[in-house]
Amino acid sequence: MILILLIVIPFLSGLISFALKGNGAKTMALLGSLATLAFAVAVSCHMYTGDTISFTKPWIPNLGTQFSLFSDGMSAMLCLLTAIVTSVVVISQWNKPVDRPSAFWGLMMLSQAGLMGVFLAYDALVFYIFWELALIPVYFLCSIWGGERRIPVTFKFFVYTFVGSLLMLAALIYLSIQTPGVNSFAWGNMVQAGRSLSPLNAHWVFWLLFIAFAIKMPVFPFHTWQPDTYEQSPTPVTIILSALMVKMGMFAVLRWLLPVVPDGVSYWANTVVIMSVTGIIYASFLAIVQTDLKRLIAYSSIAHMGLMCAAAFSNTQVGMHGIMVQMFNHGINITGMWLIASMIEERFGTRDMNRLGGMASTTPKLAIALVVIALANIALPLTNGFIGEFMLFNGLFQNPSNYHITFMVLAGLGVILGAVYTLNMVQRTAYGSAGEAAIVKDLSINEFIAITVVILFIVVLGIYPQPLLDLTSGVANMLVK
Amino acid sequence: MGSFTQLVYLVPLFPLLGFLINGLGWKKIPKSAGGIIGSLAVLASLVISIGIFFEVRTAAAPVTITLFNFIQSGKLQIPFAFQVDALSSLFLLIITGIGFLIHVYSTSYMHEDKGMTKFFAYLNLFVFSMLLLVLGANYLIMFIGWEGVGLCSYLLIGFWFKNRDYTNAAKKAFIMNRIGDLGFLVGMLMILLNYGTLSYQEFFGTLKSGAVLVPTTTYNWIAICLFIGAMGKSAQIPLYTWLPDAMAGPTPVSALIHAATMVTAGVYMIARSNVLYDLAPMAQNLVAIIGVATALLAATIALYQNDIKKVLAYSTVSQLGFMFLALGVGAYTTGVFHVMTHAFFKALLFLGAGSVIHAMGGEQDITRMGGLSKKLPITFITFLIGVLAISGFPFTSGFISKDEILLAAYAHNPIYFWVATFTAVLTAVYMFRLLFLVFFGGFRGTEHQAHHLHESPWAITLPLIILAALSLIGGFVQIPALYGGHDFLNDFLAKAGIPAFSNESDPALHTKEYMMLGGTIIGLLIIFFATRKLFAVKQFGGEYKGFRKVLANKWYVDEIYDAIIVRPLDMFSDLLDRFAERMGIDGVVNGVGKTVRWGSDRIRLLQNGQVGFYIFVMVLGMVLLFALGFFWIKITI
Repeated sequence: MILILLIVIPFLSGLISFALKGNGAKTMALLGSLATLAFAVAVSCHMYTGDTISFTKPWIPNLGTQFSLFSDGMSAMLCLLTAIVTSVVVISQWNKPVDRPSAFWGLMMLSQAGLMGVFLAYDALVFYIFWELALIPVYFLCSIWGGERRIPVTFKFFVYTFVGSLLMLAALIYLSIQTPGVNSFAWGNMVQAGRSLSPLNAHWVFWLLFIAFAIKMPVFPFHTWQPDTYEQSPTPVTIILSALMVKMGMFAVLRWLLPVVPDGVSYWANTVVIMSVTGIIYASFLAIVQTDLKRLIAYSSIAHMGLMCAAAFSNTQVGMHGIMVQMFNHGINITGMWLIASMIEERFGTRDMNRLGGMASTTPKLAIALVVIALANIALPLTNGFIGEFMLFNGLFQNPSNYHITFMVLAGLGVILGAVYTLNMVQRTAYGSAGEAAIVKDLSINEFIAITVVILFIVVLGIYPQPLLDLTSGVANMLVK
Repeated sequence: MGSFTQLVYLVPLFPLLGFLINGLGWKKIPKSAGGIIGSLAVLASLVISIGIFFEVRTAAAPVTITLFNFIQSGKLQIPFAFQVDALSSLFLLIITGIGFLIHVYSTSYMHEDKGMTKFFAYLNLFVFSMLLLVLGANYLIMFIGWEGVGLCSYLLIGFWFKNRDYTNAAKKAFIMNRIGDLGFLVGMLMILLNYGTLSYQEFFGTLKSGAVLVPTTTYNWIAICLFIGAMGKSAQIPLYTWLPDAMAGPTPVSALIHAATMVTAGVYMIARSNVLYDLAPMAQNLVAIIGVATALLAATIALYQNDIKKVLAYSTVSQLGFMFLALGVGAYTTGVFHVMTHAFFKALLFLGAGSVIHAMGGEQDITRMGGLSKKLPITFITFLIGVLAISGFPFTSGFISKDEILLAAYAHNPIYFWVATFTAVLTAVYMFRLLFLVFFGGFRGTEHQAHHLHESPWAITLPLIILAALSLIGGFVQIPALYGGHDFLNDFLAKAGIPAFSNESDPALHTKEYMMLGGTIIGLLIIFFATRKLFAVKQFGGEYKGFRKVLANKWYVDEIYDAIIVRPLDMFSDLLDRFAERMGIDGVVNGVGKTVRWGSDRIRLLQNGQVGFYIFVMVLGMVLLFALGFFWIKITI
């Protein structure tokens, strides 16, 4: 029952927001996300002991689908992340006016409901529906409130991800037809069906699902929608996209691909690892030449996701566990990065790093926050970024392939390149002399709260990651064959 | 377990608290209070460290203190644990002792700076990280400190962040260190893969017992990977070029981080891993070769540098090379001993340089100094002691430790010995040159500077005096038996399982020791007069020419790196962005979209609204179907 609340609360507060005006919508969004957060915390505490919760109600029996939800440590953690990030986003935007606030916040909350559903779904059709439900509000948010080039960019984003969704739908339907007995979309039955596929069928089912998820994460070379979309979306939406929606892709790989088509996975694992590792280096090099702050963060995120994806296909316990930790921490850190980027843009009127500089003198608090979050982004020890990255590298290194050292060292080059572009960013924005930007306000109270929450997570989970590890250790063990 | 040893967690905790107080209150805490808080934090750590040192002297075995589980995931168990033994307690003393002196020095040196509280926050954070590095009971905790000191080094090199050159230097330091860190990381992962642990006790225990059999190549690779980490942190070829640039930081930072402590982390790491290196002869040779080559290369560059801090920086690189030479020939204790003596005299020299720069109003060019001995008597005397110690004047700390290195090198391979001896001669030459140009002759600065020349206040001179005393007598802990000593340090470090180079037994080495004593005295005298003549002020009116120019330009190594690594990579990124990303991958994606649209456009034309055309298509379709059906039947029949 508590699981359905995680979906219903944001859904209802979204609907109510549509009806409210002005600050009412924002208040509703805040209350809704805080309430969701409370329940997400409750669920996570329950999961902490390694327990699971499920919830099933008959829905469309003729299609073989039930409204079935399920939470283990991974789902709970991602729901928690969703609730935290949404709350932080609302708080950070508190003093910022937005056009048509009721529609804006209504859509934001609907998207949150969709995300929760994705992370909790235990029936393939329910999963698919929530997958789209999360996407559609985001599409509207980008295309209405986005930047100058929003129309073509959002169109491309939508078509690209939608094509992926359809591929996934085809694969899911095919699998449900293969289920033993009456056709069913239930996770357990899908797993059974997937395991009895003939080798040939396993190949194409694997690719249909993988491409759908790879577009979402995104994994090289399916990433080109991302920098444009991130750049053009309004910041709250960018945060939803990069902190949460990319996790949908990663989550889907772990829940709906690895266990479902194990033969396809083991056959293509090395190919995917090579793609991912290429992506790490490729995206890192591209991040180095970016001058737009948002595009730099976008490419940096692609590099990080590449490492997670490489570990996901390395079939090691420590790698899987690392993904769990890193999904959470990446969500927190990238939220911080975007908040900083938007604060910079609001204050200095540009995201072009060639025209920025001197924040350490003009807005020292913002500069300190930037440095701390940047350090988490390059996985400095005692920040949360390090734990996940260390475990991911560990997983990649224990990859059963003969090329495991090569994989690891190539992926490790990302560590060096990551330092290059991140420190370039710090140098060009925070250091140097201030120039003309004489009077600029430092952090406002709500911004300070939002950033502080992010920094607390960075530091606390960097020093004591064990809660996150304990929450997800059961899932990590299960994912390894 | 002694009572101080139980409190070991306080040693890093005090500087951490100092960092938090100064860091969070950097706006409100007045400058002088910031300095006092920072200094007291380190003093508290020093007191406990002294207590620990004396307890370790009598303790039988290393003590491990586990604070909490840091990472626990399946078989991977990494506790946040400290190991207290002879090696770590010695480093604790060096770090907190010299750290405290430099904190005191900084309260005066940085007093004019608006960001003084922030400076002390960073300095405390550095001490905290450095203490973690040496206290960790496993490689991961060492790595945390390792990257932590790298961060502080970055923050402090770029402390005056408005200057683009300084922040460039900071970035360069961090990135070059990261290259090394990748080696360290791979080394750790290899240990984990083969041994399933990162704990020193367990790993070295397994190595000694031979319970897990791996080929020698594996030992070599692990050792080499770790050494790559050491190359970055301890500025060895090929990753040394960041250290001279790091002189952009305030001088106390150069003394603490870039001379006495952080850069010796690589030496600590290899001394700590001595069991591994003894099993990896190839890696050990590599350490020795890189060490001796770095020592020589850096010493040649130091000959023609005109920036007082750059001379000292290259000298540090060179001395670190000596330490690695010692490690590479298996004289681990000697390497650690030289870390200690070098910490004394190099911190002294840097702080002395800071006092000079202070008096000169920020001037660092030694060609514009001269004759300062009368105006800055305390600085002069202490600096002179530092110069004598680093040049190896008999029975100063530098003499004892360097001689030990040379003897160990000789026992291993005479070529190392001769190269190292030549380097030691060069060391004396560039140090005397520095001394003459700064303190002797006539003053070559501006009138304005001449008026303001003054000896520094006590907060600066007192640390100089203490360090000078340590530079003179600090080596007595290890006087060879030949001169009536008793090798205290060898015995002490043996408790931590660190093997020593012993010169007690071999009479051939005794002869060598006497020869070196004599050789040093005669050599230094020759060098003294020769340097005075060769590097007299009038020798460098204008530009250096020929080979001297190559040396003055640091063998053009920075330019070479720029041409073969930095610029090609920049170009490569640019090419990727322009061609692979925009035209290649995104081109394909957009191409697919365009093709679909183009195809729809064409197909749309079919719907042209002319009934005749529709009927024609319908008939055509029927004929086709008919034909198809006809053939189909034929085939199936």
